[in-house]
Amino acid sequence: MLTKRVIPCLDVKEGRVVKGVNFEGLRDAGDPVELARFYDEQGADEVVFLDITATSDRRKTTVDLASRAAERISIPYTVGGGFRDVAGMRAMIAAGADKLSLNSAAVADPSLLSAAAAAFGSQAVVCAIDAKRVGVPGAPGADRWEVYTAGGRKATGIDAVRWAEEAAARGAGEILLTSMDRDGTKDGFDIALTRAVSRAVPIPVIASGGVGTLEHFAEGIIEGEADAVLAASVFHFGTFTVREVKEYLDAQGVAVRMDF
Amino acid sequence: MKPIVVVDYHKGNLMSVKRGLEAAGAYVRVSDDPREIASACAVVLPGVGSFADAASFLWESGQADALLSSIEAQKPFLGICLGMQLLLERGREGAPRNEFATGLGVLKGSCERLDARGLKVPHVGWDDVSFANPSSRLFRGIPEGSHFYFTHSYVACPDEDGVVSCRCEYGVSFPAAFELDAVFGCQFHPEKSSHRGHEVLCNFVDVAYGRTRKGLLR
Repeated sequence: MLTKRVIPCLDVKEGRVVKGVNFEGLRDAGDPVELARFYDEQGADEVVFLDITATSDRRKTTVDLASRAAERISIPYTVGGGFRDVAGMRAMIAAGADKLSLNSAAVADPSLLSAAAAAFGSQAVVCAIDAKRVGVPGAPGADRWEVYTAGGRKATGIDAVRWAEEAAARGAGEILLTSMDRDGTKDGFDIALTRAVSRAVPIPVIASGGVGTLEHFAEGIIEGEADAVLAASVFHFGTFTVREVKEYLDAQGVAVRMDF
Repeated sequence: MKPIVVVDYHKGNLMSVKRGLEAAGAYVRVSDDPREIASACAVVLPGVGSFADAASFLWESGQADALLSSIEAQKPFLGICLGMQLLLERGREGAPRNEFATGLGVLKGSCERLDARGLKVPHVGWDDVSFANPSSRLFRGIPEGSHFYFTHSYVACPDEDGVVSCRCEYGVSFPAAFELDAVFGCQFHPEKSSHRGHEVLCNFVDVAYGRTRKGLLR
């Protein structure tokens, strides 16, 4: 049975992990590749490197990161952040990235998704969506979400569920769905959002934003109907190990890979 | 030590495959040169791109003939993902509608789109396998139900079930690995399958080098 995935996300700035935390046995907590290897050992099913470098020479550093990762880690990894065109994506794939994650660039030019899918296959194209709830939760018509871009700074007026459907139709192979309302709160995933998108698209959905407890991981999969759960800080600060999360999911009856 | 050649057919990054084989103890050369492929002690055909695209490059570059002569000489061969599918006679991916692209034809059969009976395609992620051939050399020491990383929209459909060493279920049952003498193929990516994948690559390198390791039960 296809297992549900647990995915640590690493924010990377200028080639270094943002707020690197020193785990025992980790030589350099600031090195994204070292940290990814550490997560691999703990049973992570994939890792995501999210490049948040603001400078224009970001690409070379990130391409270097992707090729070092290919030499060091034995699970799939996604690189996201800052793609503008197919050439930039090609460089990342050539460096060894398994998947590319497109966010603002895809909203600005949705044809990038189809171009990427044609060039690298849908399995390599992740459409990342940052969504924010419209209206007060529980109020009539409030189960709608708006897409934000530019790291959550720019409202687009686009409906998140509609956009997810379009992204899938254009060839995205996966949706990485982040609730901006929940991100950083530790209140759990936005279950209604996750479920709405999961039911709307024929491709896997990765739930992101808001995990604070082990129960939250299970909720994202069982109630949110997500295919994978992504988290950053709870792994980063050692609140839970990936193994603890998977043991918990396993005990809840969720199919996860435990033979690591 | 003689090199195991990873065939470079100019469709993508082969670093992960190289890294995986090296971790399994192989001396690896990545090459697109048919002569080097034909003279290698073992060959790995990785999986990048689409069937039609890859097949046409293999045929036009002379790599296909080199691969066939290597297999003919009973040198160990490992096809990964698309590299496994290319062992078949024909494949639909990337070919014009209702037509097939021509594969290596080492095994009878075709490569078809995965009909997962309503499940999401591509089949992406970690899935478990069940063995059809308990004496498989590629899965020596690896328990039934082990998980491997898959990412594919097409599956191998061999005419003869006897070449299938293990299967995976995703809406339908499909071959997760082939094994016929020294010809091996796996639909999953061992180089992306953490420890279990490492064991598969170790087993292949064992075959390639005639190496035996202690402590393996099967």
